[in-house]
Amino acid sequence: MHIMEGFLPPAHALGWAAAAVPFVAWGLRSIGRGLQAHPERRMLLGVAAAFAFLLSALKLPSVTGSCSHPTGVGLGALLFGPAAMVPVGFVVLLFQALLLAHGGLTTLGANVFSMAIVGPFVSYGVFRAVGALGLPRSIAVFLAACLGDLATYVTTSLQLAWAFPDAAGGVPASFVKFAGIFALTQVPIAISEGLLTVLVTNAMARFNADELRALPLMAYGRRERA
Amino acid sequence: MKVRNWLILAAVVLLTVLPLWLASAPPAQPGADAPALFGGSDDRAQKAIGSIAPGYKPWFAPLIEPASSEIASLLFALQAAIGAGVIGYWLGGAVTRERAKRAAASPAPRPIDAVAADTRESAAGSPTRGSPAAESPAAGSPAAAGPASSATTAQEHRAG
Repeated sequence: MHIMEGFLPPAHALGWAAAAVPFVAWGLRSIGRGLQAHPERRMLLGVAAAFAFLLSALKLPSVTGSCSHPTGVGLGALLFGPAAMVPVGFVVLLFQALLLAHGGLTTLGANVFSMAIVGPFVSYGVFRAVGALGLPRSIAVFLAACLGDLATYVTTSLQLAWAFPDAAGGVPASFVKFAGIFALTQVPIAISEGLLTVLVTNAMARFNADELRALPLMAYGRRERA
Repeated sequence: MKVRNWLILAAVVLLTVLPLWLASAPPAQPGADAPALFGGSDDRAQKAIGSIAPGYKPWFAPLIEPASSEIASLLFALQAAIGAGVIGYWLGGAVTRERAKRAAASPAPRPIDAVAADTRESAAGSPTRGSPAAESPAAGSPAAAGPASSATTAQEHRAG
């Protein structure tokens, strides 16, 4: 989902950066407060960040014949809330922009917006919505991670379509083109990410460590059963 | 529970491996070579920008670019290794901590059961049948296993 370095016109690059900054600030505040209240969750936050690091390094083949990677931000959004994943995603994207020439500094704002803002917030929203329907936790986790991942790639397609409208069809035609590249490729990968996130949350629930017990994610469904 | 986890893992592997057979190379653009199969979707988007806005020139270049695709794959492997390392470290630590806690908690009910077993034995009135010391491991082990296994099932239930 990386928009390559220099591939957004300056006005767009600046606009997305300006849109992302308040979320990064909100996320840093949210992490700071969270760790002050629960210092024992420090390590777990590291795990959520590591999950995003690991998954976003895995380039998986897709049915469209090109490769793409999961984002891994859904898990952290479910554990710590969506705002906490904004700085985490920012760090992952900065690492890739600086060392791997993947994404870029000028497009960092746009990439942060799609992967570290839209992704986690959609994940969290889907999780809450599915929870309200009273479905099992694994289904809620799967849909949250899967749709959050997909939303990231739809956002990237929109960002590019906005910056490069088609000469004949304008932004919609351009969006179809970019979505065909990003979102379609992402479908099987998003399903994989959803399944992997279910595996990880199952593993977490199984041995039930102290710092996990207090998390809202682990309390999911207990209310309904009680 | 375990079976389901293996099924999930198998599904992930299938989702990753099947495209290698199913995907076919995209059609070649007129006047260009057919795009490589299983290149990055980022590169494909870059090409699409080229076809929508042929005049567009990127106005900023990456500060550092990996010297080759081999170096790039090294850095990606490093990124994955850091992530997997942190997850593994935490998982190992948390599992060990929980196991130690459970082991420390389980011997507590044993004396009560052992006493009950002793009383039962003396009530049966067979002082000649073996020493209590020889009997106690047999009486003690199900008692020790009891709380641990019930704790596991409770967790399985909660996890499911």
